[in-house]
Amino acid sequence: MKVTFLDFEQPIAELEAKIEELGTMQGDASVDISEEIARLKKKSLTLTRQIYGKLNAWQVSQVARHPQRPYTLDYIQNLFSGFEELHGDRAFADDPAIVGGIARFEGEPVVVIGHQKGRDTKERQYRNFGMPRPEGYRKAMRLMRLAEKFKLPIFTFIDTPGAYPGIGAEERGQSEAIARNLYVMAELRTPIICTVIGEGGSGGALAIGVGDRVLMLQNSTYSVISPEGCASILWKSADKASIAAEALGITAPRLKSLGLIDAIVNEPLGGAHRDPETMYENLREALEDALREVRERPLNALLNDRYARLMGYGKFKEAKA
Amino acid sequence: MSWFQKIIPPKIKRRAESRKVVPEGLWSKCPSCEAVLYTADLDNNMQVCPKCGHHNRIGARQRLALFFDEDTGSEIAGNVLPVDTLKFKDSKKYADRLEEATKETKETDALVVMEGKVENLPMVAAAFEFRFMGGSMGSVVGERFVRGVDAAIKGKRPFVCFSASGGARMQEGLLSLMQMAKTSAALTQLSAHRLPFISVLTDPTMGGVSASFATLGDVIIAEPNALIGFAGPRVIEQTVREKLPEGFQRAEFLLEHGAIDLIVDRRELRKTIVRLCTAMLRKPAPKIS
Repeated sequence: MKVTFLDFEQPIAELEAKIEELGTMQGDASVDISEEIARLKKKSLTLTRQIYGKLNAWQVSQVARHPQRPYTLDYIQNLFSGFEELHGDRAFADDPAIVGGIARFEGEPVVVIGHQKGRDTKERQYRNFGMPRPEGYRKAMRLMRLAEKFKLPIFTFIDTPGAYPGIGAEERGQSEAIARNLYVMAELRTPIICTVIGEGGSGGALAIGVGDRVLMLQNSTYSVISPEGCASILWKSADKASIAAEALGITAPRLKSLGLIDAIVNEPLGGAHRDPETMYENLREALEDALREVRERPLNALLNDRYARLMGYGKFKEAKA
Repeated sequence: MSWFQKIIPPKIKRRAESRKVVPEGLWSKCPSCEAVLYTADLDNNMQVCPKCGHHNRIGARQRLALFFDEDTGSEIAGNVLPVDTLKFKDSKKYADRLEEATKETKETDALVVMEGKVENLPMVAAAFEFRFMGGSMGSVVGERFVRGVDAAIKGKRPFVCFSASGGARMQEGLLSLMQMAKTSAALTQLSAHRLPFISVLTDPTMGGVSASFATLGDVIIAEPNALIGFAGPRVIEQTVREKLPEGFQRAEFLLEHGAIDLIVDRRELRKTIVRLCTAMLRKPAPKIS
């Protein structure tokens, strides 16, 4: 598949185009140009390292939304086996913006749940751009209850611009659906491991994001509001999204330093989409570690830890009473 | 008394006399029915328009003063104060916004929590100050909420929250989002102790507050015509590109769609809440004054 380059990657894109051009010429060239190709490839690599070595928050959010980035079903297919997708909230509908089901991770039965975006226009529409409606969150909750009943650990994968702001979604209780999940996940009697794989968009992300371990891929983002939304409210202009992205502190390293996530999973150079196989391996290792850690704790201790961690969120000062 | 004054009917006479002693600014216009109201009448009526029943927004402290029996409320966690962790700055610094909000509202953040008695029943109640940065929820709101819940558990009291909020506080970034998880989690403990949580949704209750504890009440009450929802009406209109239905996201709309238990007039709130809480605690029915 041809890599789609982002705006800030244009210098890399130009080099890569040149390399490709030379590659097609090589067959009928009278002079050997393989040396030149090797030189350019090295240059491209160095350039990518340079650019990715100092991505700003806005650039990271572009990578997090990259149209070729692996989505939940890609991770499920490559990290899990025997996936049986389970559908519907048993009340209203099946929401394709959230997928879930039973699978095996390293042979062990587990429940997987995640936001799902679409690859092409048709699928994007079908998946509603990964923006769930209440029935999506209620399906997720139903699967979590299933996991609890059969003592299966849960893996969630977060990748959404946010919960869908629509008329029907409001009519069917978008707020309550999200809130109920926060409540249920806080006391669910089975381990929960959450990974932000792309966009962690606000309450719509958090609604499957409460757990014992929260991981973020290196170029994913997690935010209370989209940079564009924040910019249009506070700066009165969506053009200021890059400034808002910086101010909101949405990147993995920043959130780790604030103690809001546990671990950062390294991505291959240039982002997860440039080398998905390496990404799958990195995430597999991280999930294995996380599962082993939570498995070591007796369930009651794990639940106490989870509660303590939830209560610890927040920064404030206390005046002497 | 002149012959002229003698022939004026008493009703008109009283009005003519009172006009003399009323200084300017003591009249206000109802934003709903446009009736011109004597401000003192509005004050004596819990800021509900005596003509049309429109519920004006009220501040956190006034709300709690109206709720608790006289002189029984004492504040909890008022010493928990905001910090600007992200050093957030848009057109203004977050630190400056906090200072301005404090100056304007005399509050240190957007939630006030108190314990006290309502018709002699001990309770803990929290109320949002909407004028403090739109009642937005940051770390302090979350922490005060949790300490209120803890106090309720310790004192075996019901917990009541009057919400009025635009949602999470952007200036604290993801820390604000996590307050949704924190406050919702605290309610699992209240439930484990079988203590009632009454959530009262007042105008407006949106975003992160609506999508966390506010919709997790054992009983969810709304004030008439309050705007309640996840996404704001403008955002929805822009997304779906169609006109929103009449009364969309209003309390009556939510009641019709099964999202809330009941709509209660502000003047009846404390009685309703006491009746519900005494029943849930299996206590004798209250003798309501």
